[in-house]
Amino acid sequence: MLKTQTPILAESPAAPPKAASTTGRDLMIFGGLLLLLAAAPLVLYPVFLMKVLCFALFALAFNLLIGYVGLLSFGHAMFFGGAAYVSAYTVKAWGWTPELGILAGTACAGVLGAVVGSLAIRRQGIYFAMVTLALAQMFFFFCLQAPFTGGEDGIQGVPRRPILGLIDTTRDINLYFVVLAIFALGFLVIYRTIHSPFGQVLKAIRENEPRAISLGYRTDQYKLLAFVISATLAGLAGATKAVVFQLASLTDVAWQMSGEVVLMTLVGGLGTVFGPIVGAAVIITMQNYLAGFGEWVLVIQGAIFVVVVLLFRRGIVGELAAFLGRRT
Amino acid sequence: MSDYIIETAGLTKEFKGFTAVNAVDLRIRRGTIHALIGPNGAGKTTCFNLITKFLEPTRGTIRYNGRDITRAKPADIARLGMVRSFQISATFPHLTLLENVRVALQRPLGTSFHFWRPESSLRALDERAMALLDEVGLTAYATLPAVELSYGRKRALEIATTLALDPEMLLLDEPTSGMGHEDIGRVAALIRRVAANRTVLMVEHNLSVVSDLSDTITVLARGEILAEGTYAQVSKNPDVVDAYMGTGHA
Repeated sequence: MLKTQTPILAESPAAPPKAASTTGRDLMIFGGLLLLLAAAPLVLYPVFLMKVLCFALFALAFNLLIGYVGLLSFGHAMFFGGAAYVSAYTVKAWGWTPELGILAGTACAGVLGAVVGSLAIRRQGIYFAMVTLALAQMFFFFCLQAPFTGGEDGIQGVPRRPILGLIDTTRDINLYFVVLAIFALGFLVIYRTIHSPFGQVLKAIRENEPRAISLGYRTDQYKLLAFVISATLAGLAGATKAVVFQLASLTDVAWQMSGEVVLMTLVGGLGTVFGPIVGAAVIITMQNYLAGFGEWVLVIQGAIFVVVVLLFRRGIVGELAAFLGRRT
Repeated sequence: MSDYIIETAGLTKEFKGFTAVNAVDLRIRRGTIHALIGPNGAGKTTCFNLITKFLEPTRGTIRYNGRDITRAKPADIARLGMVRSFQISATFPHLTLLENVRVALQRPLGTSFHFWRPESSLRALDERAMALLDEVGLTAYATLPAVELSYGRKRALEIATTLALDPEMLLLDEPTSGMGHEDIGRVAALIRRVAANRTVLMVEHNLSVVSDLSDTITVLARGEILAEGTYAQVSKNPDVVDAYMGTGHA
């Protein structure tokens, strides 16, 4: 819980409301981050960076629901993995270009999100999480059985065709900048959603749903739209990932993937603008560089999860912001 | 237009094996302050939740301005001009006071689903929001998150948020519960002021507030109406004295 301190404020004359919001600061940080990411391939392996970006976008999409509406989805892998299958299949089997494949995957995730969302938002709290988990498990078995997903093998060797007929994606560095652009677009969509009239209502629902209803908001409709936006962007991340790794597999739709995105968001900072990016970077880096430990990576992840929940409940970015807030 | 803004007929709510509200015919006269009192467990809050549609009645009908709202949804009630408060203070704790009030103001703009529009499009409402905060004496705290306010000020913020909808009818659930003496006086004065051109139905335990503010009082006991009238009439009613004190005291 947040410590609430009642500030000692005398009945002072009217203070004008603060006009400047945190928007300018956030966008400056984001601009800096983009510059850093643009220079990153000079020192880091582009495929690794693309993986981080895809998962960062996935975590950002997930955070829109948990952080700003207070809905814990435990089935987001179905949107991520579902979109990965669609984009991998359309590109490989139908010969679509990558940009069309990504669009198709994203759109399918949005439609799936509308169906799943309209069922799940009827329930609250743990029941919401359980409904999303149950539907994601059904989707997993559908993917396991359906012929076009390639079952246990997945869809492998998705060709990297040129994007827009121009950009040669067989070179990792070219594809990296495409992925960076997709990531930036996704971030800006989410950022705008959070800081919009719609976002204000979402925060009100997160803070006190009965009160929002009593003010005349049909809260289910707002939750559903947030769910669809979140699912669509999770799909964008998954569809892009399939193009980058030329692969869509059962790993992408398995419940462990849903768990991983929860972990990333928690580690980075739930309900913070940049937390999911940091969390995704930390977890993916661990998986990559600690791969030598084999199955022990899971144990290490579990330990980090416990430490975060016990000691840094606001996550890395949340704790950092609180620390800076205390100093200024 | 009828004299009564709310009329319930045979309003009944049964929970498993327990009748919380039993055949209540409540009529609230337009432009008055109407109090609902009664001992604990009398069904006051249940009655309140039925009228605001937060609970579905088992039987009976509710009419608001002559219109049957028995099957309406709670969010639609607010759109008809009937806004409620809650027993525990209903603010949005981590939004600023300004944002708290603005959330109530923004729905009529029709942009509440516009996730592509900047937040700055809501600035046009700031002036009105500040005026509402001023009305309840909270201007100085406009940029603080609501969670940092004292309890009494949270209730004042809640009233400002409610007033933002300019409701025709206010329903206040124990507006002074858990308050210190000074805050009670302030909130009571506030209720009197906002009730000037509105109808108010309130559930209240504090009898001095009730006697001070209300035009009509309905006493509930065991889910049924025990007595109704002005404070003077009700307080002399032997059944009411009985219900409050138990037999043997009268």
